[in-house]
Amino acid sequence: MSGERATLALRVVPPAVLGFGRGRRLIERNLLVARRTWWVPLSGIAEPVFYLLSIGIGIGKLVTSIPGPHHSLIPYAPYVAPALLASSAMNGAVYECTFNVYFKLKYAKIYDAVLATPMGAADVARGEVVYAMLRGTAYAAIFVVMMAALGDIRSAWAVFALPAAVMIGLAFSAVGMAATTYMRGWTDFDMVQLALLPMFLFSTTFYPLSTYPRWLQVVVELTPLYHGVSLTRSLTLGYVGVGDVGHAAYLVAMGAVGLAVASRRIRTLLLR
Amino acid sequence: MPGEPLIYGRGLVKQFGTVRAVDSIDFAVERGEAFGFLGPNGAGKSSTMRMIACVSPRTSGDLSVLGLDPDRDGARIRGRIGVVPQEDSLDLELTVRENLYVYGRYFDLPRSELRPRIEQLLRFAQLTERGDDRVEPLSGGMKRRLTIARSLINEPELLLLDEPTTGLDPQARHALWDRLYRLKSQGVTLVLTTHYMDEAEQLCDRLVVMDRGTVAAEGSPQGLIGRYCTREVVELRFGPGESERHADKVADIPERIEVLPDRLLLYTDQGDATVEAVQRRALAPVSVLVRRATLEDVFLRLTGRQLVD
Ligand SMILES: Nc1ncnc2c1ncn2[C@@H]1O[C@H](COP(=O)(O)OP(=O)(O)O)[C@@H](O)[C@H]1O
Ligand SMILES: [Mg+2]
Repeated sequence: MSGERATLALRVVPPAVLGFGRGRRLIERNLLVARRTWWVPLSGIAEPVFYLLSIGIGIGKLVTSIPGPHHSLIPYAPYVAPALLASSAMNGAVYECTFNVYFKLKYAKIYDAVLATPMGAADVARGEVVYAMLRGTAYAAIFVVMMAALGDIRSAWAVFALPAAVMIGLAFSAVGMAATTYMRGWTDFDMVQLALLPMFLFSTTFYPLSTYPRWLQVVVELTPLYHGVSLTRSLTLGYVGVGDVGHAAYLVAMGAVGLAVASRRIRTLLLR
Repeated sequence: MPGEPLIYGRGLVKQFGTVRAVDSIDFAVERGEAFGFLGPNGAGKSSTMRMIACVSPRTSGDLSVLGLDPDRDGARIRGRIGVVPQEDSLDLELTVRENLYVYGRYFDLPRSELRPRIEQLLRFAQLTERGDDRVEPLSGGMKRRLTIARSLINEPELLLLDEPTTGLDPQARHALWDRLYRLKSQGVTLVLTTHYMDEAEQLCDRLVVMDRGTVAAEGSPQGLIGRYCTREVVELRFGPGESERHADKVADIPERIEVLPDRLLLYTDQGDATVEAVQRRALAPVSVLVRRATLEDVFLRLTGRQLVD
């Protein structure tokens, strides 16, 4: 039966993540579709990988080290790599939860059929958000392997980089899905790019927060990718502190709020 | 509970902003029957069906489906019914077989149970040969049959069909009706909406005639015709806009007369005698036709308008 391989992939995922009711049926559906277009995600992971390689080959030679926590000096590539890791988790989640969800919501009308079954609006939101989170996590996993191969991992704390990617993926997929339910047409997706690019550039990806004037520091500290970057950087560099609990809490809270909004919006849009 | 209707609505209302799509309707569907909502576009049929299917909360009134309240037990009700929506909502990214599989999984059905049921439903829908094809290129009739097969994946005791044959050619319609008869003979309760009077007459044991959100009449097709119409109708066809000026000349012959822009409808229990009487008046209509009265005539009588124009 064609669905079996898809379900097998599901069994590999920790049950804790899947303890969320019927939403996993939608994941099963998405995996069945993804089997046919397995190459599509490759383009998404290529971007941060190219960044990583170009930095190793180019900028890393010019910028030899950067001030890290506790007055340490850190070589440039291991400094930037965890930030790229965080943004790869973000990218995977956001692509899935914006473009793909919008197509299913407005054109393919997938959820209209889903909601005629015992599945509810919250199951739809949870299923899509977790699926997008898994895509983000898969990107991050590939990226972690790349980092290890290039010697950019400097601490055993890095084993927690994937759970961190799960939180980043969750936060961005939930808010991405909530935002998607407000989109009026494809042109609105330019806004997504408009939000992602500055976040990618300014979330201490390429240089520390201390470089900015105070007001800009505050703005950056309010944005989610900053917290994701800070968390992954602490883990792969091995400077874990209490602040990281705050970063994690920020991401989880963002995920919870996004999920609640997404559920409500699916309900108002489709269960009229 | 024995004797309790399978679906029961009283004072049921659905309001969209300022539009009252369903304006306080009463109805009851008994187990095992085929029940219809007949009415023109915009009558409120789909809105009613969506409330019954627990995908649209009612604005006010009472509604019970399978003895449960859709507001409280929506998921449980949906688990026991099958739904064929007005617009096919098949998953175009999946094959025919995968559509059935994934939909069954939405009901939490185990794979071992689904496997034989999918093959059986493919046979029922005459789609076995197309099982591994994409859904997109299938004909309208095939897509509709697949949608019906999909709605049966959870072996529902109640099947809701919103305009099951709209847009299909006559052959595809008859093939579909045939599937529905088979389901009914297996004891599945059918609730369907249609704006085709022949479909309502063919399929429904009982129906309500809906118009502008309200129920205009209720009964069996033959009962409604008997109550609101004569047995036969003589149609006198004239050129466009000409019928009106001939109406007075024959108005005394039948029991009742309806004036349409291009036709006069003479309601009578003796069609042939009426035709002879009309011929003596030398009107020279373009054509004369005697036919059985239909639900179309009932609708015209009740609302002064035609069902499909
Ligand atoms: N989601 C909606 N929002 C606003 N108006 C609606 C909505 N759905 C239906 N209506 C309106 O309610 C009325 C009844 O529609 P509907 O139930 O689809 O009728 P039918 O199925 O008999 O053609 C129409 O006037 C329609 O425009
Ligand atoms: Mg309708």
